[in-house]
Amino acid sequence: MLSADTDAVVSFRNVTKRYGDVTAAAHLDLDVTAGEFLSFLGPSGCGKTTSLRMIAGFDQPSEGEVFLEGQRVNGVPAYRRPVNMVFQHYALFPHLNIEENVAYGLKQRAPKPPSKEIEMRVGEMLELVQLSGFNKRRIWEMSGGQQQRVALARALINKPKVLLLDEPLAALDRKLRREMQIELQNLQRNVGITFVLVTHDQEEALSMSDRVCIMREGKIVQIGSPLDLYDRPINRYVADFVGKSNFFDGAIDRIDTTAVNVKLDCGLMIKANTGPDLESFESGDPVCISVRPEQVILARKEEQLPADCGVKIKARVMNRIFLGEHTEYLLRDEKLGEFLVLSPRQNERSERPFDKDEVVLAAWSRDTALVLSSE
Amino acid sequence: MRIYTLAVYLFLYIPIGIIVLFSFNAGRHASDFHGFSIKWYGTVLANPFAMEALATSLIVASTTAVLASIFGTMAALALQKVKGRIRAIYDAAIYIAIMIPGIVIGIATLIALVTAFKFLNPVLENFWPGFLGDAPHLNMGYASVIASHTMFTMALVIVIVRARISGMDRALIEASADLYATPWRTFWQVTLPQIFPAILAGFLLSFTFSFDDFIIAFFVAGTETTLPLYVFSSIRRGVTPEINAIGTMVLTVSLTLLITAQFLLRGRGSQSSTQ
Amino acid sequence: MYGSWANRLLLVPATVWLLVMLVLPLLVVIIFSFGERGTAGGYVPAFTLEQYANLSARFTAFKNTLLLAPTGTFLCLLVAYPLAYFLAVKVHPKWKTLLLVMIIVPFWTSILIRTYAWIFILGGQGLPKVLGFLGIEGVRLINTPTAVLIGIVYAYLPLMVFPVYVSLEKLDKRLLEAASDLGSSPIEAFRNVTLPLSIPGVATGCMLVFILLMGEFLIPALLGGGKVFFIGNALVDLFLQSRNWAYGSAVAATLVIIMLVTVSIYMKLVVRNQQ
Ligand SMILES: Nc1ncnc2c1ncn2[C@@H]1O[C@H](COP(=O)(O)OP(=O)(O)OP(=O)(O)O)[C@@H](O)[C@H]1O
Ligand SMILES: [Mg+2]
Repeated sequence: MLSADTDAVVSFRNVTKRYGDVTAAAHLDLDVTAGEFLSFLGPSGCGKTTSLRMIAGFDQPSEGEVFLEGQRVNGVPAYRRPVNMVFQHYALFPHLNIEENVAYGLKQRAPKPPSKEIEMRVGEMLELVQLSGFNKRRIWEMSGGQQQRVALARALINKPKVLLLDEPLAALDRKLRREMQIELQNLQRNVGITFVLVTHDQEEALSMSDRVCIMREGKIVQIGSPLDLYDRPINRYVADFVGKSNFFDGAIDRIDTTAVNVKLDCGLMIKANTGPDLESFESGDPVCISVRPEQVILARKEEQLPADCGVKIKARVMNRIFLGEHTEYLLRDEKLGEFLVLSPRQNERSERPFDKDEVVLAAWSRDTALVLSSE
Repeated sequence: MRIYTLAVYLFLYIPIGIIVLFSFNAGRHASDFHGFSIKWYGTVLANPFAMEALATSLIVASTTAVLASIFGTMAALALQKVKGRIRAIYDAAIYIAIMIPGIVIGIATLIALVTAFKFLNPVLENFWPGFLGDAPHLNMGYASVIASHTMFTMALVIVIVRARISGMDRALIEASADLYATPWRTFWQVTLPQIFPAILAGFLLSFTFSFDDFIIAFFVAGTETTLPLYVFSSIRRGVTPEINAIGTMVLTVSLTLLITAQFLLRGRGSQSSTQ
Repeated sequence: MYGSWANRLLLVPATVWLLVMLVLPLLVVIIFSFGERGTAGGYVPAFTLEQYANLSARFTAFKNTLLLAPTGTFLCLLVAYPLAYFLAVKVHPKWKTLLLVMIIVPFWTSILIRTYAWIFILGGQGLPKVLGFLGIEGVRLINTPTAVLIGIVYAYLPLMVFPVYVSLEKLDKRLLEAASDLGSSPIEAFRNVTLPLSIPGVATGCMLVFILLMGEFLIPALLGGGKVFFIGNALVDLFLQSRNWAYGSAVAATLVIIMLVTVSIYMKLVVRNQQ
């Protein structure tokens, strides 16, 4: 029997979930540390909700084991698990008012806490989510954002070991979503409860979480801090999912102790010296080079470029978009094709921005180009 | 177009209006209106046959409504979890129960029960344990009318409640479980309040149906007389203004119940369920 | 509560009820229809097709039913379609619910009492008298097929309006606008767009009205005065007066078969086409 990491609040050991022929989650291994904010990120249908539901107890794994604080909980129904969930469409009880909704969890406890205490804690909770005074309102008298807060209060009042949130912000409009993201983050720090959030919005995952778990087709691809995932993605899929990147396909030509030479499909030879588990590559392996748009340096004159460039090419400016602080250029090189460049204003190496159709020098330093397996 | 619509509504409501109007007619004959009076209501209330029929109908209709809404709701809840061929069989039976003409139900029930009683009564007499007193003699009457009405209205309740269940957000059940409520408590605290308007609507429709039904009772009531049976035989004996008064009372009751039921089914829907 | 055994327990009352009060009686009808009449009425077990061979003895009832039921259905449609169209397309949404409820509500109130109103309206003291004042003498309405048809349209109109309304309601108004953009006149647009799309609703309504009419008893009994005899009236006679259960069962079984055939034709034509 596999055992759980004792520090972990939630652990998955080789967890698989099948619905008939569909494998919704496959061989998941995961430890959620106490007090952290973890996000599941991935495209629609990749098994995020399924993973969350196995923590909550709505679904039981077909294989493998789920642990809560070191206790194996396979087969334990949802109502006996010390976790709570914020549902995607909140699932607030329409026949109860706000106060009754928030108090619901406490009232199910045996023995039931005295009504004085329930009242007090409901008051505290509503204050925490800034809804004091809304006690007697009905659900449909609340805005989307307010309902969201009620759902949070209803879950948090039970002081769960883990709070599960399934795309809690998806139903809100853009502006409100930004506000709630910040609020959720603050809330999590204040209450110190472990949060596990599901989202398919990468910006949301990266801005709020301590760690992000990237999923694809029922499998965990990579787990790490937002910075890790951005700087050290293990493959093209992660690099593509986390932030923008330019990808150039090719194959390993030669591996030295210090650098890799990649021969791109277009014939260009590129030197790169970073990328995780380079040891696992061999000559001839198909790979891709990933370069973040902000790591490409543009200049009019050769001497303005840094010395250790991994690549140096001439490219034509196809398009230019001002984004305030930054300018986004779309460049085209005959061999490399089109690629994006994000250039900070104050760093622009020339007096004035580059113009459309201008031919400029583009380069990136050797250690910013990542060699990734192209799966 | 508007005029046409108006005409159709008049067509639907004028007969009802005429009954109400003439129930307040002081004169004996419908043709001449002799001024306003409530004397026919007095006549009806003083008529022991009419009152007994009313009592019978009330007993039958309320028992039917109670049984149909309880059994129908139970079945609707259970059928959610039933799949495949068994489910198809239940669906077919419910569909047949609703679609088949009342007259066929009436005669079928009549001959089935009369035949069954013919076998059962001697058996009961022979094997009835003496300490329980005299053996009961099974006969057509209250029970057969109630049983037959319950069959039809139960199917109706199943359909209504099931529609409500399938319109219900499943996440509410999970939310309740997530908040530590056992399935039993979830049922009482979430499911039941959610489907309650549908149950109540089903109850009211069942009551109205049973209270108004003529054709099934015509066959299976035995020696009992329900209000529609009484009205029918009065009409057969000749038109009397008393019927207008009964009609008005019956219509008032049905209309009130029906409009309440409609309101519950359409109304604010899932939102104001327990208010 | 939701365990499989509990689920089965919940289904018990409904199952028993459907078996005893629906399936069993219908089986008895089928069995009896192959039997013979006892000397004092009732039923004697036998296996004979005699009763079915003898169906033509009630030829008039079958003829009337198979003539007047389709005619009544058609008249219902004629009256209902413009109304449903008006409600679905022209009426302001604010009024829709009220107008729809006003259509369905009479359908659920006592058909007996509403039909009774027509005895007065169509009788000598009603419409004929009004027509007499206008100089049209000697019109007889009550106890004629016309009276029965009026009663039928009146009673079953709501059942026709609803399905037609639902099919027209689903119709996308943009389709009509598109049609008129393409240069269709309103009449052409109606014929090419609205009418074909409403066919399923029309078929549903016709089927519902037709099969219920097949079992009608009250309207011909009250407004046809024993002259316009439906299968339903024949059944009442056979079971309650002449007590010829075997023959009555054969008539009832035939009625159900005609209904089933109607429903299956409907299923073939409409339900298939919709998928
Ligand atoms: N109850 C179920 N029965 C059958 N298949 C299911 C069930 N629940 C989920 N699936 C399947 O499992 C896979 C993963 O579903 P899941 O809901 O976990 O995706 P998700 O990552 O949450 O997607 P989304 O972002 O769209 O919510 C999907 O292919 C889905 O169709
Ligand atoms: Mg999901």
